[in-house]
Amino acid sequence: MTQIAPNAAPNAKAPTDQTVGPWKEAWRSFRKNKIAVVGAIIVVFFILLAFIGPLIVSQGINEQQLSQRLQAPSAEHWFGTDDFGRDIFSRVVHGARLSLMVGFLSVIGSVIVGSLLGIIAGYYGRFVDTVISRLFDIILAFPSILLAIAIVSILGPSLKNALIAIGIINIPNFGRLIRSKVLSVKQEEYITAAKAIGMSDKRLLFSHVLPNSMTPVIVQGTLAIASAIIEAAALGFLGLGAQAPQPEWGKMLADARIYLINAPWTMIFPGLAIMLTVLGFNLMGDGLRDALDPKMKN
Amino acid sequence: MTEPLLKVNNLKKYFPIRKGILGKEQGNVKAVDDVSFYVYEGETLGIVGESGCGKSTTGRMIMKLLDPTEGSIEFEGKDLTKLSNAEMRKARREIQMVFQDPFASLNPRHTIGKILEEPLIVHGLGNAKERKKKVLELLEIVGLSSYHANRYPHQFSGGQRQRIGIARALMTNPKLIIADEPVSALDVSIQAQVLNLMQDLQKDLKLTYIFIAHDLGVVRHISDRVGVMYLGKMVELAESEKLYANPLHPYAKGLLSAVPVPDPDFKREHVLLSGDIPSPSNPPKGCTFHTRCPFKMEQCTAVVPILIEVEEGHSVACHLYDEGYVNDK
Repeated sequence: MTQIAPNAAPNAKAPTDQTVGPWKEAWRSFRKNKIAVVGAIIVVFFILLAFIGPLIVSQGINEQQLSQRLQAPSAEHWFGTDDFGRDIFSRVVHGARLSLMVGFLSVIGSVIVGSLLGIIAGYYGRFVDTVISRLFDIILAFPSILLAIAIVSILGPSLKNALIAIGIINIPNFGRLIRSKVLSVKQEEYITAAKAIGMSDKRLLFSHVLPNSMTPVIVQGTLAIASAIIEAAALGFLGLGAQAPQPEWGKMLADARIYLINAPWTMIFPGLAIMLTVLGFNLMGDGLRDALDPKMKN
Repeated sequence: MTEPLLKVNNLKKYFPIRKGILGKEQGNVKAVDDVSFYVYEGETLGIVGESGCGKSTTGRMIMKLLDPTEGSIEFEGKDLTKLSNAEMRKARREIQMVFQDPFASLNPRHTIGKILEEPLIVHGLGNAKERKKKVLELLEIVGLSSYHANRYPHQFSGGQRQRIGIARALMTNPKLIIADEPVSALDVSIQAQVLNLMQDLQKDLKLTYIFIAHDLGVVRHISDRVGVMYLGKMVELAESEKLYANPLHPYAKGLLSAVPVPDPDFKREHVLLSGDIPSPSNPPKGCTFHTRCPFKMEQCTAVVPILIEVEEGHSVACHLYDEGYVNDK
């Protein structure tokens, strides 16, 4: 048996640090992109804020101090107070938890449902594909915020229902993305090779097709969290999302709009929080796209 | 003679051409049209032909990666075309495939160890420890080292990847290996290494190969018998030496005279084929080769020649050689 090893390097030492997996490689290239790292830092900052922020702020979110209505920012109230005399800083900090929860949960939901439908449509094709793709087309035919409003009107206005509505309107985006990726991945020779081994469809789909189709979803998912936060804020602003007295950023904007001239801080700080979070996710998403999409590599 | 390991009878694959929004069938492409051959245990059958002649389609049908339109594929007495999907998955343990492009046939997100272990997991062979041992053993057999198991495909050269592809095909101890142009994507020096490896493995593990290629030199090097395909049909099937010394079919003559000989003083009669290969969606009537054949006769345009054995171990499908056969009938 030994003579049939003409190409084996007999003295090669077993190197230890050379196993660079595709994820590790993507991380290396992501790290080089400074703007993306800034985005990631913003995102991590807001995630930390969402987890530990409520524990460290001094004032409660719903403590009304009517004697201190519409106070400008000061040492006591960093971001000022609103029309009920509530501390805006603690409300913004608590709002991070709500906004990020809506962003992450709705996107995770639409990624799971969308990927499942997309992978089935793309892999099996024909009739199944036609049905699923037309379903996506129907959902996409409505302007997304209008559809979200319609869904919330049916389910009743609340933050939970806004989350569900945002999840539903994003399903076709992920479904189509996965479907088109699966269409190209299933033509790859390693998929044929996997079939030739005698693999079951389930294993083939989840161990070979799906992992090789996920990269655009990760990028799109990061960007979708940003738009989900905006959509949640929009629904909150319209009174269809979070209900008073929940400190949701969009809802805070809506409540503050009548004091725009007299007490602009009531609006500026929730607005800044939305802007920064969305910016962070967008910068990070762009960086991920550059790191994960081989076509962008030189 | 013993029973053949694989019997392919009247195998056909027609791909429908669909047009319009309703997908109405507008004729079909005859990728493989009535091909029959045997493969005996331990031998290598080479299949050659130009691009689009149906050689890869034939290989994929034997693997059941494509369903044949008609015909039977008998492997060890079982007709693979009649097996259910679940039964076929089990049968795949015995028949494995080596693919053409070593850069595309390995999943880029799996380590080599995982790629090699997978056939064992799929077929439920051995426990984790035994599987690991087998992976390392096969890596050594194909000339790689055990530490390669933790690396990813992109860290290997084309020749090494093809060794991995061969190792994967060997994991389940198959009897028959279908090699679909396994060396055409490799450099010539690496080709020789991989071919020698395949030959050594055949000797040691008593493998049977179906070797599909368009490189006649490579096929001659490795094959015991060679089949020449043209436009979905097997036009000549002979023992390797006989075919290369004395090709009978005009197409085989043309094909072989196009092989470069590494001798500048060598002069030979060139059989030049004129014209292009006709479309397989509308193949010529009678003998499909008559549009390009320098020896065309009247009956060639009307009657389809069948593959008949003109001498022992040498069959040809051409009216130039079937006089006696036709008269006997």
